[in-house]
This record gives sequence, structure tokens and C-alpha cells, in this order.
Amino acid sequence: MEHYIALAVKAIFVENLALSFFLGMCTFIAVSKKISTAIGLGISVMIVQAITVPANNLILNYLLAPGALSWAGFPDVDLTFLGLISYIGVIAALVQILEMVLDKYFPPLYNALGVFLPLITVNCAILGGSLFMVERGYDFGESVTYGLSSGFGWALAITAMAGVREKLKYSDIPDGLQGLGITFITAGLMAMAFMSFSGVKL
Amino acid sequence: MAHKRRAMLVDPLVDNNPITLQVLGICSALAVTSSMQVALVMTIAVTLVTGFASMFISMLRNHIPSSIRIIVQMVIIASLVILVDQVLKAYAYEISKTLSVFVGLIITNCIVMGRAEAFAMKNPPLDSFIDGVGNGLGYGLILMLVGFIRELFGSGSLFGITILPTVNNGGWYVPNGMLLLPPSAFFIIGLIIWAFRAWKPSQVEEREYEIQKVEAH
Repeated sequence: MEHYIALAVKAIFVENLALSFFLGMCTFIAVSKKISTAIGLGISVMIVQAITVPANNLILNYLLAPGALSWAGFPDVDLTFLGLISYIGVIAALVQILEMVLDKYFPPLYNALGVFLPLITVNCAILGGSLFMVERGYDFGESVTYGLSSGFGWALAITAMAGVREKLKYSDIPDGLQGLGITFITAGLMAMAFMSFSGVKL
Repeated sequence: MAHKRRAMLVDPLVDNNPITLQVLGICSALAVTSSMQVALVMTIAVTLVTGFASMFISMLRNHIPSSIRIIVQMVIIASLVILVDQVLKAYAYEISKTLSVFVGLIITNCIVMGRAEAFAMKNPPLDSFIDGVGNGLGYGLILMLVGFIRELFGSGSLFGITILPTVNNGGWYVPNGMLLLPPSAFFIIGLIIWAFRAWKPSQVEEREYEIQKVEAH
């Protein structure tokens, strides 16, 4: 259990996907103007991340890894080079399915998140989460924890960013820095704040 | 015609830069700018992928049903990225280790998708190819600029060759370790955007709120 908590804290604060790996930056900058939309997008990312990382973990371990197809009678096949295309395929398909399920069974939630779901397919944080899972060799339990907590970390970062930007628009900023420029500098300051967690060990 | 094509290639460098103006493709880029060499490899990879992805998508544009176009584009882009990834693993293993997941993340780089959607679906293959390469280079320009600042002042070298001898190695330059950490990339991009917009005031964004001038009594 301790192991999972340590992994979660690391994924949320120390190795925050948005602020220390720059993942999902396009949406992070574009959709952080209002807190309410930022929370909606953050929750969608968290849900999708928590489903896709474990799903890709299963795909990797039972279909792609060297020797993974031995259950089907092909012990020598190594399909890891198909990794990228499979992961993005899984993500696109899962987002589509999630959209349909929400539309059918939870219409209020669908109406709240609907606009963000298609955006998520091309959100680098989602694919990045799966690729980190592969690179660090997480097992199934770890990938569930990692998916959930890295998604939460991203949601936390974009909500905080939106909070700052809502206040920032009233301030008197030099012309050239207006909008995009000052947003980057704010993100830099937030990244520094998050770095102070890096000594935390559980 | 030739003039128009040159404009397509040069425009995205400064006037319509994908990073500073269109806010595309920041995602996978900034983490790879702590040294010039890695930034260069990333630039080449992204330029090739955007160029060829735009070209192939443009060739197929009249055959793709619009309801599944995103999936088709994804498959084309992902195949190209797998190609790049395999080539890097075979011929530049060290660099592919440093780039780690960021090669794979070219798939979700918004520049590739953005150009495919906005340009390649409406224009002939050669134009799309040039447009893709131009945007890849515009992205690379910012990447190299950030890489230059971070490597020169963060570790006193360029492409791994020592320019400013650091104190640790008996020189005089005290490196700024902060520049090797992620936050510095945000600051540098912010400042580059400021510089670009000071140079080209037409790119300045509108203010949402104006501070009112109060008449003195």
C-alpha cells in the first residue's frame, strides 16, 4: 500500500505531467481562462487517463511485449514496434466509447463534459501517461494508480492556472506580454512551486 | 506561383509562427530543449513528420470520408512517427534514450494535426508538403533558440562543446543550474514571445479589461 501512495504523491506533485513534463500544454494554455471549464476538462482528463493507462498496460502485456502472444501459440513474436499506433488507437476508441456511454446513461455529465471529450484524444498528457507507463515498466496495479493520480495532478495544475488567470486579466501587463506571454511566465512560476515537492519521500 | 510557395515556407518562421502565434505544439517540445543536440534532432523529426503527413493526407483528401477523417489522419501520422522512432533507435540510440517518450508524443503534437486539418485537407500535395515543412521549421526555430539559451547559460556549452569554461572544470563561468530545470523553459518561451511581439506589434493580443484614465480634479 505504501508503495502505491508514494507513487501517487510522486505522480501528482513531483512529476506533474503539465508542469514538469510540459504535457497537454496546448489545452493547458487554451482552456485555462475560466475555472469552471478548467475543472470540467480536468475531470475528463482524469477519467480518461484512469481508464487508458491500465488498458494500454493490458494491451502491452498480453499482445505486444516479446513473448506476450505465447497464449495464442506465437512465443517468438515481438510486436513492440506497433506500440505507438496501438496506444493512440486505444485512446481514440476509448474516448469515443466513453462519449457514447455518457451520452446514453449520464446525460447531465455528458452535457457538462461533452465538448472536451474529443479534445482529449489529441491531449499529449493522455498518450504521455501511457508511454511513461511503458517506459517505467509499471505492472497493472501500479498503472491504475499512476493513471488516476497523474490525471489528478494535471487537473490540479489546470484548475490552479485558471484561478490565477481569472485574476490576472485585471492587471496592467506590458503589451507584448499580454495573453500568451504572461501565461507562460505564470506557468513557469507554478512549475517552480511544484518543484519544491521534489524532496518529499514517503 | 514560386513566390507564393516561398511565402508558404517563410511565413511560419516569424509572421505566423506555430508556437508564438498559433499556440500549437508546445506540448511535447519544451522538455527536449535542455541541450542543442537533442533540440536539433527533435526539429528534424517534427519537420519530416509534418511535411510528409501533410503530403500524404493531402493526396488522400478526396477519398477520406469526413466522419472518420481524424482516425485516418491519426493512422498516417502514427505510422510516420513509428518510422522516425525506429530509425532513431537504430542509428542514434543515445539520443533516442534522451528523447524518451517525446518522440512518440509527436503523434499528438498539435502542429501536425493542426496543419493536416487546416491546410492539407484543402490543398494539393506539393503545397501541403511545403506548408508542413515551413511549420516544422518555425517550430524548430523556437526550439533551437530555447535550446541555445538553456545549454549555453545552463551548462556553458553548445552541442556539447565547451564555450564558457565552467567553475567545476577550472574555468570562470558559474553555470545557472536553474536553466536546466523545466521552469526555465516556460520563462524563456514567455520572453521570446514578448520579444517577437515587441518586434511585430500586430501580433499583440487584445486586452480584456482596460484601466481607465481618470481625469485629475
